[in-house]
Amino acid sequence: MPAFPGVDFIEFDSLLNDEEKLARQTARQFVDDEVLPIIEKHNREATMPTHLIPLMADLGFFGANLKGYGCAEMSNVAYGLVMQELERGDSGLRSFVSVQSALVMYPIYTFGSDAQKSKWLPLLQSGKAIGCFGLTEPQFGSNPGGMTTRAVKKGDRYILNGEKLWITNGTIADVSVVWAKTEDNDRVRGFLIERGTPGFKAYDIHGKWSLRASVTSGLSMTDCEIPAANLLPESGGLKSPLMCLNQARYGIGWGGLGAAMACYYTALQYAKTRTQFNNKPIASHQLVQDKLAWMITEITKGQLLALQVGRLKDAGRAEHYHVSMLKMNNVWVGLESARKARDILGANGIVDDYCIIRHMNNLESVYTYEGTHDIHKLIIGERITGIPAYA
Amino acid sequence: MNIAVCIKQVPAKDAPLQIPEGGAWIRETDIGFETNEPDGYALEEALRLKEKHGGEVVAISMGPERVKQTIKEAMAKGADRGIHVVDDKFFQLDPLGSARSLAAAIQKEKFDLILTGLQSDDHGFGQTGVLLAELLGLPHATIIMQIEVQDGRMRLKRELEAGWFQWMEAPLPAVLSIQSGINKPRYATLKGIMAAKKKEIASIPRASLGVDATPTQKVERIYVPAKTKKTEILTGTAREAAAKLVEKLKHEARVL
Repeated sequence: MPAFPGVDFIEFDSLLNDEEKLARQTARQFVDDEVLPIIEKHNREATMPTHLIPLMADLGFFGANLKGYGCAEMSNVAYGLVMQELERGDSGLRSFVSVQSALVMYPIYTFGSDAQKSKWLPLLQSGKAIGCFGLTEPQFGSNPGGMTTRAVKKGDRYILNGEKLWITNGTIADVSVVWAKTEDNDRVRGFLIERGTPGFKAYDIHGKWSLRASVTSGLSMTDCEIPAANLLPESGGLKSPLMCLNQARYGIGWGGLGAAMACYYTALQYAKTRTQFNNKPIASHQLVQDKLAWMITEITKGQLLALQVGRLKDAGRAEHYHVSMLKMNNVWVGLESARKARDILGANGIVDDYCIIRHMNNLESVYTYEGTHDIHKLIIGERITGIPAYA
Repeated sequence: MNIAVCIKQVPAKDAPLQIPEGGAWIRETDIGFETNEPDGYALEEALRLKEKHGGEVVAISMGPERVKQTIKEAMAKGADRGIHVVDDKFFQLDPLGSARSLAAAIQKEKFDLILTGLQSDDHGFGQTGVLLAELLGLPHATIIMQIEVQDGRMRLKRELEAGWFQWMEAPLPAVLSIQSGINKPRYATLKGIMAAKKKEIASIPRASLGVDATPTQKVERIYVPAKTKKTEILTGTAREAAAKLVEKLKHEARVL
């Protein structure tokens, strides 16, 4: 497979600065050199390519848009472009980086004490420690406010009880950011639980046909005692975990484009070389061109959406409903592109000689996690009507 | 040890090239540009020599504004500073004009070693390094596989034909053309990219160098080769035909 040249129909690159283009180039080369040659094997065997973690750390992918603690301090646009390229490789790999950066490093960075920050952020940035984020529960997905996990203070300890499910990195995490209701009027707070804490158990979810190159787990807390100093002191209310999700969703909005680009590029190459009817390439068929034209048009619109939300974020003006539109639209573009690409590749679209079916299966998860497609519609709906329609 | 690395920016691999009617160069709008891959090996070699012997690495590139990105990439990988010889009509220069301009920029400073890639991925003349050495009055060696520096002299491993190598000695300063593939160029890390923002790029308009760069040769026309199809029947026993096929796959198709 030749090096990926990118997808740029309207001189999109002229809107990027040199640092942004270089960051994308680093991630693009990393994906071409290190991810694409091995990812189908990991996907088939349902194993995570953990050997890539130290290299991704060296390249500065973890917490790339945070300041200090060894982080790269990139702009949000550069960070987004890195996420795009990683998801062009695999949604599972991008999920790993999203969780490490946006759902573990970000809450420690934003809500943590100085001691928590100086202990964990350098370890997480350098990949020497891995983190996970426990918000979703078996019975509470779109409505995290209904969570039943509780933290009860007892002297200088907190005692946690509850179940978390669908947790990326759960069993490989050295530290889990777990959200629980407290005795303070059911206020939701964040807690750090270290690997090996008595009463804390993580187990893998098996039988996944999506994100197979990523670890997905359940967390179980039974009278799990942690020092009171493991409370994230600045966290307070459901707003705190939602702020984390907003960070992650922003990266996912770029990631969906990466998966879309992989499918588009693969389908385009295929359509130009696959011949049918009088030895003509199927790219000469109008119905095939219709699909390819749809893909590049939606990718191009998605790029502009992602860039504008990124520029707003860099200016401190990105609101959660902006990020909702980005995540909702671009993951949908990714999934629809995968489906159209599968159609163009015919039977070849369902085998892992090509990336299509892997991306399609992955995107079914991405479509649902971090706020389902429909929930994001309701967030946009609430913004424009002023009426919340969640219940 | 102060090292200059000459780096060219070339059209990105697999860029969809368009040639204007009767044109002598490609249309530059619509396509991306990247660091000339052979020069990437020269840069990596320079960075490794710096890590071993100290000193600084300076990335030098010539061309329009866009080549700043190539210089920034080199600085993101570890070059200490950059020199940009600004010329919007760079593509019109022949290798002698390029070498004269680079020599004039390099002569403003004092370098112990000047590295280039073996050739560029666009015009592919493979001349600039050789000419540069001559113009600077420095010794030169090409197709370098390994550099060992000791007591102000270098032991150099060169690649010859048919799998042969040669060790030679050369004094410093010198100009070397580096063989592609001799090292694994590092990535620009995100921190390196941010650090490069603070590094200096000196811009020198090529016109200000006072160099006569009138082309001594001229590209008349570039064109896409016409596609031809040739069928050849391999004769002999299955064993003989298979041996011939392997030879052809190795040396003609070069896929083995």
